[in-house]
Amino acid sequence: MISLAGRDIMHSWGKFVFTGMGLGLLIGVTLSMAGIYRGMVDDAKVLLDNSGADLWVVQRNTLGPYAESSSIYDDAWRGIRGMPGVARVANITYLTMQVRRGERDVRAMVTGIMPGRPGTPGWPPYLVAGRQITRGHYEAVADIASGFKLGERIRVRRNHYTVVGLTRRMVSSNGDPMVFIPLKDAQEAQFLKDNDAIRQQRRRTAENPAFNRPGVPGLLEAVIASQSTNPYVNAVLVQIEPGHRPERIAESIRRWKRLTVYTREQMEEILVGKLIATSARQIGMFLVILSIVSAAIVAFIIYTLTLGKIREIAVLKLIGTRNRTIAAMITQQAIALGAIGFVVGKISATLLMAPIFPKYVLLEPMDSVKGFAAVVVICVLSSIIAIRAALKVDPAEAIGG
Amino acid sequence: MAGKGILIEGLSKRYGSGDTAVDALKKVDMQVAPGEVVGLIGPSGSGKTTLLKALGAVIEPTSGRMTLGGEVIYDGGWLIKDLRALRRDKIGFVFQAPYLIPFLNVTDNVALLPMLAGIPNAEARQRAAELFQALDVAHRAKAMPSQLSGGEQQRVAIARGLVNRPPVILADEPTAPLDSERALAVIRILNDMARKLETAVIVVTHDEKIIPTFKRIYHIRDGVTYEEAGEGVLA
Ligand SMILES: Nc1ncnc2c1ncn2[C@@H]1O[C@H](COP(=O)(O)OP(=O)(O)O)[C@@H](O)[C@H]1O
Ligand SMILES: [Mg+2]
Repeated sequence: MISLAGRDIMHSWGKFVFTGMGLGLLIGVTLSMAGIYRGMVDDAKVLLDNSGADLWVVQRNTLGPYAESSSIYDDAWRGIRGMPGVARVANITYLTMQVRRGERDVRAMVTGIMPGRPGTPGWPPYLVAGRQITRGHYEAVADIASGFKLGERIRVRRNHYTVVGLTRRMVSSNGDPMVFIPLKDAQEAQFLKDNDAIRQQRRRTAENPAFNRPGVPGLLEAVIASQSTNPYVNAVLVQIEPGHRPERIAESIRRWKRLTVYTREQMEEILVGKLIATSARQIGMFLVILSIVSAAIVAFIIYTLTLGKIREIAVLKLIGTRNRTIAAMITQQAIALGAIGFVVGKISATLLMAPIFPKYVLLEPMDSVKGFAAVVVICVLSSIIAIRAALKVDPAEAIGG
Repeated sequence: MAGKGILIEGLSKRYGSGDTAVDALKKVDMQVAPGEVVGLIGPSGSGKTTLLKALGAVIEPTSGRMTLGGEVIYDGGWLIKDLRALRRDKIGFVFQAPYLIPFLNVTDNVALLPMLAGIPNAEARQRAAELFQALDVAHRAKAMPSQLSGGEQQRVAIARGLVNRPPVILADEPTAPLDSERALAVIRILNDMARKLETAVIVVTHDEKIIPTFKRIYHIRDGVTYEEAGEGVLA
């Protein structure tokens, strides 16, 4: 027996290839959408991995520091450092903001890291170029996704920083590149007011008789100093010693420090389950819509192709072709269309779409396998209408009137 | 497979029911011997196509009896379960238009039928090739139907009707699109093949060019058949 579907496809390959390419672009977008979701999950995991932390200590009853704002006193870490099972502790600040380079702004997650040695929680674990921050002020390590180059001067709020090191794949859960600066600078940047605001506040404080008492020298200066220092950080990152259970240590920090503590699993659950959940739902909706559109296209094309063959189908039936053979011919064509579409889609997603998307697109092989299975199922289902039309054809039609 | 011809006794067919019922066939009696080609002639609406459809097992008659190749296939009801296989193995169809499958080449248009009957591809193509030799289209065996002239297409269609060596061939206006020379050639081929393969052939026609070629002719009028001797001259 010969493949009727195959011969028909070869005969009208133009139709199949062009429809397949259109379908392929849709499938490519679908795969990229799935890839964007995977990329977001992966970004979140990388963010957590790169922080080097086993526990995140944050403001009580917040989902900080990534999903909600959190601020705790910057001396809380001292108390945690002494607890049994704790290896290393570090303050950290995160603030997503515009970082200026020359005339252009780059949206980045500015991360304040404590001075220390490589391996300090919060520090970038590896660099692709340059060195780590060694001075207490005005040095920065930036992710290459920011476009910054070694030696460049960038501006965060009022201060300028020199880029001394570059990282790769260090991004926030939104995909913004990270820019590491010394903690003190970051604290200042987070709570810093511009000069006018500072001057105004000083004036107001000075005008307040409660603070400006001639009888109490030094009070006004002390008040102003306390107003302009910022004793807060967003979280404390804790590394624990091998052999200790994170949950146990988290529990004792919660009890003694009256702070909220998350383990790695809980943090991942917050990032994936809450922070990117809305995006995930949006992407899910797109996947559903794209699947429906693809199904409609396949159904329409296969139905049209089948209607164009009604007379041939009547002849095939008259000369003794089984319904099963005719249904198989139509289904195979639908699957072939889907396969062409999938190949085009996979190639365009990998070579065209993923590289130009601003977000990290992670094309997982398993997603491709599932995508292919979905395409096949959609194609089989969409050929049903055409098959019904074909089975209704009366072989008597071939004989005519 | 070949042999024993066609026997139709008291066949009737009513379309619809009640007031709108149409008795397309009232009393059809016909007999065609193996190797014989008979003409079936009648005005439009007389029931020719209905008779071919009943014989071709694509519509069910209302009453009567049909015997094909020595086997009673209908006697007030179908005696055969798989009408599809009956059509495939016992009946060859040749239509007014060739109705070739456009996406199969000439050989596979014909070889498809034995293939559907489970015969291996190579053997099926071999059978087609033999017929092409006899029908003088061997040089077009690899062409696509759209590349053939009308006469070539019709000869390929005849090959398709013959390829499973059915005991019966039903041809509906097979010469209508052809000039008189080609029309006569087609009739000659049908006669040759009928004799060689012991096939009983019914040719529905009102083509004046070929009517003189039949030895026997059935006239049909208002669903009733009358037999008549023909001239039987094949120039
Ligand atoms: N499917 C049908 N339903 C109802 N009446 C039909 C149908 N097919 C044919 N007829 C009627 O049966 C009669 C014979 O038709 P047909 O066999 O097509 O004649 P012919 O082929 O000789 O022109 C005509 O009156 C026609 O209108
Ligand atoms: Mg007719």
